[in-house]
Amino acid sequence: MKRFPEYYSFWHIAGHYGLRVTAFLVLLFLMLPIIVIMPLSFNAQPFFTFTEGMLSLDPEAYSMRWYQEIIDDQKWRIAIRNSFVVGIAAALIATTLGTLAAVGLASPWMPYKRLITALLLSPMIVPLIIIAAGMFFFYTQFNLVGTFAGLIIAHAALGVPFVIITVTATLSGFDRSLFVAGLSLGASPLKVFWDVVIPLIRPGVISGGLFAFVTSFDEVVLVLFLAGPEQRTIPRQMFSGLREQINPTILAVATLLVVLSAAMLFTLEALRRRSARLSGAG
Amino acid sequence: MASMTQNLAPEDARNAAREVRKRRLQAFFFVVPLLVFLIFAFVAPIATMLYRSVHNPTVANLIPQTLAALEDWSGEGVPDDAVLIQFAADMKRMANDRTSGQLADEINRALPGMSSVTKSTARALRRVDDAEIAANGAAMLLEANARWGEAATWRAIRDAGPIYSSSYYLTSVDLERDRDGNIVQRDTQIYVQLYTKTLKMALIITGLTIVLGYPLAFFMAHASSSLANFLMVFVLLPFWTSLLVRTTAWIALLQTGGVVNSTLQWFGIIDDPLQLLYNEFSTILAMTHILLPFMVLPLYAVMRGIDSSYMRAAISMGSTPLGAWSKIYLPMSLPGLSAGALLVFIISIGYYITPALVGGTDGQMISNIIAFHMQVSNNWELAAALGSLLLVLILVLYWLFDRFVGTDNLKLG
Repeated sequence: MKRFPEYYSFWHIAGHYGLRVTAFLVLLFLMLPIIVIMPLSFNAQPFFTFTEGMLSLDPEAYSMRWYQEIIDDQKWRIAIRNSFVVGIAAALIATTLGTLAAVGLASPWMPYKRLITALLLSPMIVPLIIIAAGMFFFYTQFNLVGTFAGLIIAHAALGVPFVIITVTATLSGFDRSLFVAGLSLGASPLKVFWDVVIPLIRPGVISGGLFAFVTSFDEVVLVLFLAGPEQRTIPRQMFSGLREQINPTILAVATLLVVLSAAMLFTLEALRRRSARLSGAG
Repeated sequence: MASMTQNLAPEDARNAAREVRKRRLQAFFFVVPLLVFLIFAFVAPIATMLYRSVHNPTVANLIPQTLAALEDWSGEGVPDDAVLIQFAADMKRMANDRTSGQLADEINRALPGMSSVTKSTARALRRVDDAEIAANGAAMLLEANARWGEAATWRAIRDAGPIYSSSYYLTSVDLERDRDGNIVQRDTQIYVQLYTKTLKMALIITGLTIVLGYPLAFFMAHASSSLANFLMVFVLLPFWTSLLVRTTAWIALLQTGGVVNSTLQWFGIIDDPLQLLYNEFSTILAMTHILLPFMVLPLYAVMRGIDSSYMRAAISMGSTPLGAWSKIYLPMSLPGLSAGALLVFIISIGYYITPALVGGTDGQMISNIIAFHMQVSNNWELAAALGSLLLVLILVLYWLFDRFVGTDNLKLG
């Protein structure tokens, strides 16, 4: 039994345990839906619930058939390829342009800093449906609707704020006198950027890139408006699957995506620790 | 800086000023590529949407001469034969260009039922001789359909004529202009109700995330570092998991044959499966689950910096735990609370995917009706007006927040 200070009332002790129970229940609410779909994706029957066989742990009740279906179905294979192509291309654009801009914004000489920062972060605030409608109107004029180029540009714009935020955070621990030292030794600003700044802020740049990639990888509203049948991505394929013919293949895809997000999460956490160590804060 | 330059010789001051300009330009050059990119990829599209909400040249491009002829019409009775003949000629041309469908859609928006009338009339006039139309166009039009003899039809055509129009904004707040140009309520009230409902749902979701998120963040913030980091994984994993995956999970759980219903039936709590999915309930539940990390993360960041000895001090001096919390802890955690609440509220107002998938008919939000006008009814101008109103609403909220609370508390996990 835990010992409480003498002045604690009954209600305080009740609150102490009540808080624990509440926190546990809320975490359960957060995790349970994600955990439940995992065993269901191995269901041998095309149902969204646990069969009697599954509950009695009968091996016959479990199967890999829905995973096999992902591999066999050309639509899913194309969607997986598209998601990676678009995500990587969009993340590269967002990271390159975003890192450069973040370095400029971190300079004490930067003019109109507040206005420009607000502008660069705005894709994060505007609802996707509005962005999607606007892009549809504007990109049509350049024949970008229904093309990979259009989708990549759109997703790169969405990823930009995340790169700006993460790289700016890393730069706040960056000693600006190193930049000035490089300049005073005769290097051009771009050379200093490449040889001095980039190696030091690399963890921030990589996590910004990962954020941008995940943003594109998960995004479906812009895909619905801007992509043609050839640019279908994984979320787009899931969206139509959920609307048209629901079957556990979607649960198998979902399970794979959860595993992928877990991998991303641990990579980012490792990067954050490394970045904290480099900037001397942790 | 000014005091420094005052003590310098004029030449040095000039050099210093030049140096400042150079540095400013250097910093700016780093931002230019992204600025150019975003202006093309993002700012111009939003501007196009705003423009689209007042700009519709379709009718003006299709029947410019008819519109010019209609200018002298009083608005009562049937216009002169000259107008009708001109319109018949325009209809023939459009039937052959296959553009009559566009006009049909535009007129139909003001006067439901006119779509088929316009299309059938265009078909009837398609093969008629030009000379025949010039002589008998008016009679042929009236013969093709009696509605061409009604003043209301011609008012609809005239009113659809202007290239710039505020009518889409009026429609998006359930208003319209009557015959005399006064602004009156429309017969069907849809959009104001939908905006109110969207705001109501966003408020409920924000409230639920506070109720669930605050105790969790409080517990984590004052737990040991290792426990907090361990528990953080269970907040961040859902946060990083695809939105579609989490919506899929709720569909699997709440379906009539899903996990929740079969569990309740197995325990004998219910006999027949409940309709849990495709309604407002499932939309609010799934969105609360999806947005909860957006509440927990800023709350946790702020609470982590609050010294818990303040609370202990208050309690040791005789305050009740609740009193100590409301007088001391709550005000200190307010920046995190308001940052989380703003994030959740703003994100949920513009939400599209989850209501579209689990909302059924009564869980639809304003974004869904915008998507409907973009993809199904093809009323792009109305979609743009509804979207512009939503954008203004969100910018105002954001501005208010920045003014009163400051946006520095908005951090990423």
